[in-house]
Amino acid sequence: MSVLLIAEHNNKELKPFTLNAISAASQINEDVHVLVLGSNSDSVSKAASEVPNVKKVIHVNNPTYENYLAENFTSVIVKLSDSYSHIVCSANTFGKNLMPRVAALLDVSQVSDITKVISEDTFLRPIYAGNAFATVKSNDKIKCVTIRPTSFDPAPTSGGSAEIQNSDAGDATDLSKFIKKEEIKSDRPELGTARVVISGGRGMQSGDNFKLITAVADKLNAAIGASRAAVDAGYITNDHQVGQTGKVVVPDLYIAVGISGAIQHLAGMKESKVIVAINKDGEAPIFSVADYGLEADLFDALPKFLEELNKLNTIQK
Amino acid sequence: MKILVAVKRVIDYNVQIRVKDDGSGVVTDNVKMSTNPPDDNAIEEAVKIKEAGKANEVVAVTVGDDKAQETVRKALAVGADRGILVKVDGTVEPLAVSKVLQKIVEKEKPDLVFMGKQAIDDDCNQTGQMLAALLNWPQATFASKIEMKEKSLEVTREIDEGLETIEVNVPAIVTCDLRLNEPRYASLPNIMKAKKKPIEQINASDLGVDVKPRIEQIKVEEPPKRKAGIKVASVEELVQKLKNEAKVI
Repeated sequence: MSVLLIAEHNNKELKPFTLNAISAASQINEDVHVLVLGSNSDSVSKAASEVPNVKKVIHVNNPTYENYLAENFTSVIVKLSDSYSHIVCSANTFGKNLMPRVAALLDVSQVSDITKVISEDTFLRPIYAGNAFATVKSNDKIKCVTIRPTSFDPAPTSGGSAEIQNSDAGDATDLSKFIKKEEIKSDRPELGTARVVISGGRGMQSGDNFKLITAVADKLNAAIGASRAAVDAGYITNDHQVGQTGKVVVPDLYIAVGISGAIQHLAGMKESKVIVAINKDGEAPIFSVADYGLEADLFDALPKFLEELNKLNTIQK
Repeated sequence: MKILVAVKRVIDYNVQIRVKDDGSGVVTDNVKMSTNPPDDNAIEEAVKIKEAGKANEVVAVTVGDDKAQETVRKALAVGADRGILVKVDGTVEPLAVSKVLQKIVEKEKPDLVFMGKQAIDDDCNQTGQMLAALLNWPQATFASKIEMKEKSLEVTREIDEGLETIEVNVPAIVTCDLRLNEPRYASLPNIMKAKKKPIEQINASDLGVDVKPRIEQIKVEEPPKRKAGIKVASVEELVQKLKNEAKVI
């Protein structure tokens, strides 16, 4: 009974959600092994070994794994799977792409996007955009599970000293080839882990108007989100989308501006601790989940909001 | 070039979901059903490729009960040439669907298989990747742009960090994101024409695939309700509440 957790990283450091997935994995079983598939990725395996919940790190260091190609990752994981009762990773675009390919080769029915570990074989997961929750029990010999990262606290990053075992590369395929990644760099907190998120919707009317959101985000050290409508309209790039098919966020404070609140958007933010909605349509469904609703024209309200924030002596960061 | 597109019939995305009182699932009786939204993008893309002269046949396939035929019919009305309904009753998990699709691929020998990246009912996001694994084909998931090359596709994928471009050899599986294209509506004449297009019916059991669910669904519940909030009258009041009551700024 051990859990194999597939690390997400950039060959230099672990991606933050890997730590949330490690927490979830150790709730399934304490014997958590982390698999780092990378290229020149010694700093990643070292970081993983320092997480106290981790009992062993398996490091496969090979140029084949410089970029994520599920076709190449899968063979290594399948080869190692015999020694494990569970294979686990985050339910973000990394894990969603990878895990089903592993599960199918192991003839396992995967459990996606769990929000709670009930026992080693039983899990809670949202369905229908979070409008229902299913308790499901996996009866497969090996359980392939993806974790909704925002439902678990991140594991601590220091204090551990797990053994690092180097392992051989698997078969490389030429089925697919990495060409490029257009990563949007920003000094802001990451959307998935930010304490405060401010999101704009169709009501913003243009990409240029997002500068009103940016100004407030700067003041609150917030990440910037968006509804699908705003991304579809080209106001902002896809990495900002919050919702059923975008990112799920659970900040302390979520401010929805000019967002009507379709159920697909609510799916990505309704677990936030405090929700603020600013919308000129008093009947907008977003008000049904908002702790504080302000029925107002956002083009008046946002500058005023910034003005009021500027009057405060201190602001939490 | 032949493109197979897998479509799924789901509860319409605008329907407010209700959980059954006995916790056995969600209410589906007398509820509006439609095609899973990103599956519409998958059909649209395949039809566009055919219209551009780069494919000669688009086949729509679904796995489900008799009524799932409506979803295939809709695909035919927006340009698919013929349809296949693989009949199963009750719940089918993505693993079983991918095994059924594997058999259909072996029979139809398409060059490409398109489908939506995720079904909005079970939110699993598995079938395309599983089918790719079973066929040992490459997978291009969450596609927002597809460029046809000589013997490959260049696919732009929507990932958490932004966009990623990969090249996959043909044959390949592509799972489609909502931003891939703008699905067209079916015109009345095309709906009429679609009624004459053939839909082949196959029983899953005749394909030799075990479609029994592996995962036990113990119960389905409503999500915890949020306590009703308040409306504030002004920006000043909002900031004061956030500072002094919610203590989040």
